[in-house]
Amino acid sequence: MTRRLLVLAGLALGPVLVLGVFFVLPVSGMLAQGLWPDGRFDPGAVLDVLTRPRTRRVVWFTIWSAGLATVASVALGLPAAYALHRLRFRGRGLIRAALLVPFVLPTVVVGVAFRQLLGEAGPLGFLGLDGSPVAIVAGLAFFNVAVVIRAVGASWESLDVRPAEAAAVLGASPRQVFRTVTLPALGPALVSASSVVFLFCATSFGIVLTLGGLRYSSVETEIYRLTTQQLDLQAAAALSVVQLVAVTVLLALAARLRATADPGVSRQVARPRRPRREDVPQLAATAGLLLLVAAPIASLVVGSLRVGDSWGLANYRGLSDAESGTALLVPVTDALVTSLRTAVDATWMALLLGGLVAVIVTRRSRSSTERRVRGALDGFFMLPLGVSAVTLGFGFLITLDEPPLALRDSPLLVPVAQALVALPLVVRTLAPVLASVDDRQRQAAASLGAGPLRVLATVDLPVVWRPLLAAAGFAFAVSLGEFGATAFLARDEHPTLPVVIFQLIGRPGAENFGMALAASVLLAATTALVMLAVERLRVPSVGAF
Amino acid sequence: MRRVLVLPALLSLALTSCSLVGGDDEPEASDTGGSAPSEVVLVTHESFVMSDELVAQFEDESGFDLELKASGDAGALTNKLVLTKDNPTGDAVFGIDNTFGSRAIDEGVLAAHDAALPDGAEAFALEGDDAGMLTPVDTGNVCVNVDDTWFADKGVEPPATLEDLTKPAYEDLFVTPGATTSSPGLAFLLATIAEYGDDWPDYWTRLLDNGAKLTEGWTDAYQVDFTQGGGGGDRPIVLSYDSSPAFTVDGEGGTTTSALLETCFRQVEYAGVLAGADNPEGAEALVDFLVGPDFQAALPEAMYVFPVDPAAPLPAEWAEFAVQPEEPYTVDPAEVAANRDAWLTEWSDLISR
Repeated sequence: MTRRLLVLAGLALGPVLVLGVFFVLPVSGMLAQGLWPDGRFDPGAVLDVLTRPRTRRVVWFTIWSAGLATVASVALGLPAAYALHRLRFRGRGLIRAALLVPFVLPTVVVGVAFRQLLGEAGPLGFLGLDGSPVAIVAGLAFFNVAVVIRAVGASWESLDVRPAEAAAVLGASPRQVFRTVTLPALGPALVSASSVVFLFCATSFGIVLTLGGLRYSSVETEIYRLTTQQLDLQAAAALSVVQLVAVTVLLALAARLRATADPGVSRQVARPRRPRREDVPQLAATAGLLLLVAAPIASLVVGSLRVGDSWGLANYRGLSDAESGTALLVPVTDALVTSLRTAVDATWMALLLGGLVAVIVTRRSRSSTERRVRGALDGFFMLPLGVSAVTLGFGFLITLDEPPLALRDSPLLVPVAQALVALPLVVRTLAPVLASVDDRQRQAAASLGAGPLRVLATVDLPVVWRPLLAAAGFAFAVSLGEFGATAFLARDEHPTLPVVIFQLIGRPGAENFGMALAASVLLAATTALVMLAVERLRVPSVGAF
Repeated sequence: MRRVLVLPALLSLALTSCSLVGGDDEPEASDTGGSAPSEVVLVTHESFVMSDELVAQFEDESGFDLELKASGDAGALTNKLVLTKDNPTGDAVFGIDNTFGSRAIDEGVLAAHDAALPDGAEAFALEGDDAGMLTPVDTGNVCVNVDDTWFADKGVEPPATLEDLTKPAYEDLFVTPGATTSSPGLAFLLATIAEYGDDWPDYWTRLLDNGAKLTEGWTDAYQVDFTQGGGGGDRPIVLSYDSSPAFTVDGEGGTTTSALLETCFRQVEYAGVLAGADNPEGAEALVDFLVGPDFQAALPEAMYVFPVDPAAPLPAEWAEFAVQPEEPYTVDPAEVAANRDAWLTEWSDLISR
C-alpha cells in the first residue's frame, strides 16, 4: 500500500510542482501583500472590507448571475450535446465546430458584437436589454454553452445505449428513459461541466462590465479595479480569499455530487444513428442555439465587410500589412502565427498535465487516506479557474523575479498560463470517462500479465481517445482566445491575435474598427477550422474499438 | 492503429517550429555579468506604438538594443511599477499620466533625470515634480464630442458646456466611458470635479437623471453608441478626445464632428528612468529619444496624441481639424493622488445606485 502511495506521489509530483510555481506561489505572493501590508499580519482590515455593504452586493451579484448563466448554458447545451453526439446527419461536424467559436472570441469583441445587436440602435434594441443583467447572463451563456456541449457530449457519445433500450422495451416513455436512465448516467459529466461553467462565469470580467454598462460589479471586476486602479491590495486580498473559499466549497460540493452518481456504467461506443421523428425537439433546440450563437457573429461579419457607406474586402486586405495610419502593430497574419504557435504549446502542456491528473484522480483508491489524497488533488487542479487573472498576473511579476524562478520574462509564461486555464477543462473532460472504466477490466488485464503502461494503452486509451481529442480541441481553443493572462504577459514584439484585436478596436478611425472586426472574423474562422480538423482526426478511429 | 500515430505526430509538432519551445530563436540577453548591459527595456502600456524605423534609429544612435514590454493601461502600469519597485521589470517607463504621476513619484518608483526637453515642453511638466522624475512626452485633451451633422439635421443647437449636458434638450443623447474602467472616463470625472468642486456628485446625479449612458471603455462609447462611430449608434454626444474630429473627415473638406472646447481635461503622458534600473544610461538615452524631434513628429500618427514639442509638425488633417482647447480643466496632481480612491468609490456607488 505504501508503494501505491509512492507511485501516486511520483505521478502527481510533476503537475503539483508546475501548479505550485505558476499558481500557488504567485497567488500567495499577492495575498501576502494584502494580508501582511507592512510585514505585520493585519486581519482587521480584511474583515473590515468583508463587512462593507458594497462587498455583500458584489458577492451576491456574482453568485446569482453565474448561477443563472450556468443553468442557461446547461439548458441550451444539453439538447445540442445529444443531437451533435448521438445523431448522425450532414453538416454535424461543421455545426459542432461552429458552436465552439464563441468560446474563443475575445470578450472585448463579443461585447461589441452583443452591444451592436442589443444596443438602442441595434436590431434587438427594442428589447431594452442593453445594460441589463439579462444581457450579462445571455453573454455568459453565449461563451460557455460550448463547454456543456463538448463535455457532456463526449460522455454521452460513449454511453452504453443498452440500458436505455432495455428501459424502452419495458415500456418506458422517451421522457422516462431520459430521466431515469440517461440523465443519471450523464450525471458526473453534467456536474463537471456545470462546475466549470459556473467558475468561468463567476470569474468573467469583460462581459460583466461591457454588457452591464458598469452598473454591476462582480467579485472579479472588483478585484481588477482594486488592484489595477486603486492599488488597494488589502481589499483585493480580502476578495481573493472569498473567491478561494467559495471555489473550494463549490469544488467539494461538486466532487460529492459526482461521487454519488453511478460510475460503474459499462462503456460501449454506439454508432451515432440517423435522426428519427422523436429527435425533432432536440434538433430544433440545436438549430435555435445555432441561431442565437450566429447572431452576434453575423453582426461581426457584416461589420467587417462594411467599408464606409458601401461593402468590400478592404478591411481584410489591410490585415496582411502594417501600414502607417492604422494602429496595427504587426501584420495580423504574423499575430495569427504567434497565436497558433502559443496554442500548440499550451495544448501539449495542458494535455500532459491534465492527462496525468485525470489518471491520478480516477484510479480506484484502496484506503480512505488514498481517496482523500486523490480527492484533494482533484480539487487543487481546478483552483486556477476560480482565481482572478489579475491576481495571478500581478503575482507573476512579484514572485517569479529572482533566480532560480526568474521566469516572469520567459516566452513560455504565456502558454503556461493558458495551459493552467485549460487544465481543469482537460481534467473534467477526461476524468468522467476514465472514472467510468470498470476497474475490474484493469485488474483483469494486470492479472493476465500486462504492466501498468500496457493497461493504460489497452484499457484506458481506447475509451479515453475521443474525449482526449475533445480536450485537445478545448485547450487549443482556450489558448487561441485567451486574453486576460496574455494581455498581462504578452511581449510586445510578438503579440497574439486577441491582443492585436484589442489594440485595433481601442483606436479612433473607422478603418481600425473595421480591421478589428475583420481580424475577429479571422480568429473565429481559424478556430472553426482547427475544430473541424480535430473532428476529422477522430474519423479513422470510429469502429476501431 | 492509426490513432496511435497521432500522439507522436502531436509531439513532433510541438518540438518543431510550430511551437514556441522549438521555434524560439531569440538569444537570451544576459546582463548579469560585470560587463555593461547591451539592451534597454522600456515598460509601457498597451497603447504604445513605436515604428520599426524609430526603434532601429534609437538602436543605431544609442548602441543599445531596445526591448518593449507593453501591457495594461496607465493605472495598471503604474501599479505594477509600484509593486515591482524593488526589482523593476525594465529600465525606463513610458505612459504614466498626470493622474497617476504623483503615485509613481511618492512610491519612489523613479530616478531623477534632467532630460533634454524641447523649448516650450516645460509647460507640461507635472505640478509638484521638482526633482525632475517625469519627462512629459505627449499630451491630449479629453473633451465631449458632438456629431455636427446630427444636430444640423435635427435643427438643434449642440451643447457647449458641462452644464448643458444636464438640460432636457439633450436628454438621452450623451454616452461616456466610466471613470473606474477607462482613463478618458476618469479624466471626464476630474473635469467635472474641477468645474463643480465638492458638488460634483450632485452634477453626476443630474447627468444620469438626464439619461447619460455609461460604458466600460472608450471603444464601446465611441464605436458602438456614438452616431459617427463604426457601429452606427444613436447617441450624438460622446466623450472622446480633441483629436477625434480629425478621424471623421467627410472627404469634402470638412469633418462631421467637433470637440466642445469648454469641456476638456488635459492628459499628459510622461516617461522616466526607473529607480534600480540595470541600465540607467540606456534608460536616459531612451527618455531623451522620446522627446527628440523624430519620435515627437511620429506621435499623432502612432498614438493619436499631440507632441509636447510645439515645433513638431502635425499631419495635415490634425492641423486643420484637431483643435486644442486654450484653457482645459486641470486638477492639482497632489489632490488627485490624495482623493482618487475616495472619488472613485463614491462615483462607483453613485452610478450603481
